[in-house]
Amino acid sequence: MKKDISKFTYLTIWMVISLVTTAAAQSTEVEMADVMRSNGKIYVVVTVAAIVLTGIFVYLIRLERKVSAIEKKLSEKSEK
Amino acid sequence: MLLKKHWWKIVAVLLLYYTIFAGFLFEVPRMAILNESIRNLHFHVTMWFGMMILLIASLINSIRYLGSDEFATDKLAEETAKVAMLFGVLGLLTGMVWAKFTWGAWWVNDVQLNGAAATMLVYAAYFILRGSIDDPSKKARVAAVYSIFAFALMIVFIVVLPRMSDSLHPGRGGNPGFSSYDLDKNLRLVFYPAIIGWTLLGTWIVSIRLRIRSILEKLDV
Repeated sequence: MKKDISKFTYLTIWMVISLVTTAAAQSTEVEMADVMRSNGKIYVVVTVAAIVLTGIFVYLIRLERKVSAIEKKLSEKSEK
Repeated sequence: MLLKKHWWKIVAVLLLYYTIFAGFLFEVPRMAILNESIRNLHFHVTMWFGMMILLIASLINSIRYLGSDEFATDKLAEETAKVAMLFGVLGLLTGMVWAKFTWGAWWVNDVQLNGAAATMLVYAAYFILRGSIDDPSKKARVAAVYSIFAFALMIVFIVVLPRMSDSLHPGRGGNPGFSSYDLDKNLRLVFYPAIIGWTLLGTWIVSIRLRIRSILEKLDV
């Protein structure tokens, strides 16, 4: 009787383990945005850095346009 | 017209995008301890090169002021030095992070590090000196003379002294320099364009600062 119980527990443990491993295997199969995940996700870092750089460029261009506008205003004022 | 005036800014933008893409993705030498952090070459070391190039520009304009008494050269000298210090501060901060994960501490008692910090102080004194003199032509003249002195100190602190004693930096005190790695061609392919890119970005900021400055001067008059 005692032996039967342990057999039953082994069976359940094995079933749980196999369930978990197949679930894990399935979850690794489902992968999206594969380019972003390859090579240790380095492309994600490249993208983030590129966004930061783009932000700085856009900021500088806007700043420069603002300065140009003020320069124009000033020269118009001094002409009057 | 737009291209004629702004082409160098476009070059800066393209070079810096190239720096990020190639800097993260190109093959680099596989080295113990350094690992992937060798890529910091394009982001940390280039800060110092950018700073030095801007400081050379500042020095040249200081000398030009002494020869011509043109205030435009004095302004250029001050603004380039200011942006150079921005690069210097970024170089110190990025260097601290890199040091923490390769040498084990945020700051080590290393000639190169202390020299870099001393350079920051020397140029901080340059700005304080400027602020302490009211007469514009006297200010420009004293600042130009001090600027030559400060540049000489900078060369001593971060170029000469670290080579004369032991430093943890590559190429110093018996450590191999980056140029001795067999794959260094790949590093150079990104490193040199990165220096040009960051320096041009600094020049861009200098040009905006100069324009704001002349606006403020016009408002005062």
